Amino acid sequence: MSDVHPLIEARGVSRILQETVPVTLVRDIDISVSQGEFVSVTGPSGSGKSSLLYLLGLLDVPTSGNVFLDGQDTTGLDADALAAMRLRKIGFVFQFHFLLPEFSVLQNVILPMRRLGSQSEAEMTKRGHQLLDELDIGDQAKKRPDQLSGGQRQRVAIARALANDPALILADEPTGNLDSKNSQIVQEIFAKLVREEGRTVVAVTHEPGFAEATDRDIHLVDGRVDRDTRR
Amino acid sequence: MFWQVAISIAAAQLLHRRRQTIVSTLGVALGVGFFIATSSVMSGSENDLVQRLVNNAPHITMKDEFRTAAKQPIFLAMPDATVELTNTKPREYLRGIKNYGAIVDELSQQKGVIAEAALTGQAIVRYASKDVGASIAGIDPEKERYLTTVERDMREGSLMRLKTASQGIVIGRGMSVRLGLGMDDLATVVSPTGLVRRMKVVGIFSTGNLLLDEGQVYMLIKDAQVLLDKPFIANRIRIKIGDPDQAEDFAARIESRWGYRSESWQEVNRDFLGLFVIRNTITYSIVGAIMVVASFGIFNIISTIVMEKRRDIAILMSMGFRAFDIQVIFLVQGAVVGVVGMLLGWCIGLVLLQMLASIEFTIPGMSEKQHIVLDRSFFQFALGGFFSLASAVGAAWYPARKASQVRPVDIIRGAA
Repeated sequence: MSDVHPLIEARGVSRILQETVPVTLVRDIDISVSQGEFVSVTGPSGSGKSSLLYLLGLLDVPTSGNVFLDGQDTTGLDADALAAMRLRKIGFVFQFHFLLPEFSVLQNVILPMRRLGSQSEAEMTKRGHQLLDELDIGDQAKKRPDQLSGGQRQRVAIARALANDPALILADEPTGNLDSKNSQIVQEIFAKLVREEGRTVVAVTHEPGFAEATDRDIHLVDGRVDRDTRR
Repeated sequence: MFWQVAISIAAAQLLHRRRQTIVSTLGVALGVGFFIATSSVMSGSENDLVQRLVNNAPHITMKDEFRTAAKQPIFLAMPDATVELTNTKPREYLRGIKNYGAIVDELSQQKGVIAEAALTGQAIVRYASKDVGASIAGIDPEKERYLTTVERDMREGSLMRLKTASQGIVIGRGMSVRLGLGMDDLATVVSPTGLVRRMKVVGIFSTGNLLLDEGQVYMLIKDAQVLLDKPFIANRIRIKIGDPDQAEDFAARIESRWGYRSESWQEVNRDFLGLFVIRNTITYSIVGAIMVVASFGIFNIISTIVMEKRRDIAILMSMGFRAFDIQVIFLVQGAVVGVVGMLLGWCIGLVLLQMLASIEFTIPGMSEKQHIVLDRSFFQFALGGFFSLASAVGAAWYPARKASQVRPVDIIRGAA
């Protein structure tokens, strides 16, 4: 917590689904994550881990409370403004790879860059290859997602999350569908992103091994922060 | 840059559902093709008929009659007075356009205006003891060829020979056949007043219209005046003007100038022109219905893709695509189907037009084989294309909007 300002911060955040019986997903969350932190979010299923991650990732909007990204209050921003912030500052990795099946691996990685539209075609292709090389799947660039193994696909998804060079990587059970060997690889990739590139990773996980590899563990129970442990 | 993404995603998703895409594109193509064929036939026949109305007949005909009965002098003299006059009838006047020469001269001085005085009436043409009733038209051959197409329809002789021959007549092919009356034969023409003259056939025309071919006789106006015993009288002034669309205004102007009833071609053919409006409405409703059916195909495929691609939509949104971007992706898909359907439809339309153009048929009363008159103007194709695009994008609009309302959290949470 030595940094000037936290990269992502939640202040008194609650999210309640307004259904016939209101469902509270998370309640009164106060956390802040600084640049370069490797954080795991753990807790029993239904404790609101994923909901918290979506709120931090501006995919969902809190019912009350404020989420600050890079010092900016996101409260009251419209959907387009939130989308623009996600595009530049946040990369998502989900339990399922969610790669577009019609596009090649390389094209999938380039997609967010295309949406941002700040680079030439050649630059984007170069960066796409670079990212795939870094994740050791450079030779798969031309293949389609369904020709890859589960572990490879998840690495492509990580490369895609990194496409626009975001400061914050949010991962929702990134190893949930992988065998132990591939889980280990993905876990090491995240660690490397933090240690070597200074990125910030917040990962929801229910795997104790993964959580132990992180710097900090936020443990949720019933939608509230139960423990916030630093190692 | 964004368009490139939208189009590449749209194209990839359409190609993924290839068979459905092809079917709905063909639906649009058939719609466009039949639209072009139908509207080209309809518009072609309309143009053809209007052309006939405009070109084969004078634009305006001034007649020796008045639109309303003349008022009694007392009403003209005291317009505000309360006068009652009983048992009056309109003044009788000698039928005919008075001083027609002056009217023709004055009209002819205007730019682009051709005016011709004519005298029409009835007579009987007798030859070899056979009689045929005929409509007589006393004309000026030099002007007649600009006013009607009779000059073009001449099969033997010419209209101009009326000027050189003494007591010449021009008859139709039908009358010629019925009476056995050929070129240079002398026929007997009997007027209703009992005048009998021997006249020489100097021309034979064939218009394809049975009524004209069997019953119309042209002669010089001075011969008609003698035959019908109406010296120095014309009962029609036939006028052609530069722009046929101005005929109504022009007719109104000359009617107020001289008082004689002047009918524009629009007024005479009001029924026809009104019929076109109804006919076009029917045509375009039917063709429009084809397009609506075709657009359901587009609606169907895009709805399916949207349902199927909810995960992709969710991930694109989490990546930072805006709701609008997603909507564009699916609208582009509709537009792609629309554009491809339009291009294919143009080809189908061309083939259909080719086929329609080769059809020949015989209409009773028409002596020659008829073809369907087609309007092959680019406008038909443009209109068909426009409807195709509009219906395609219209059909894509609702599913595209649904796609843009996908809440990524719901999908991602559901998938996990």
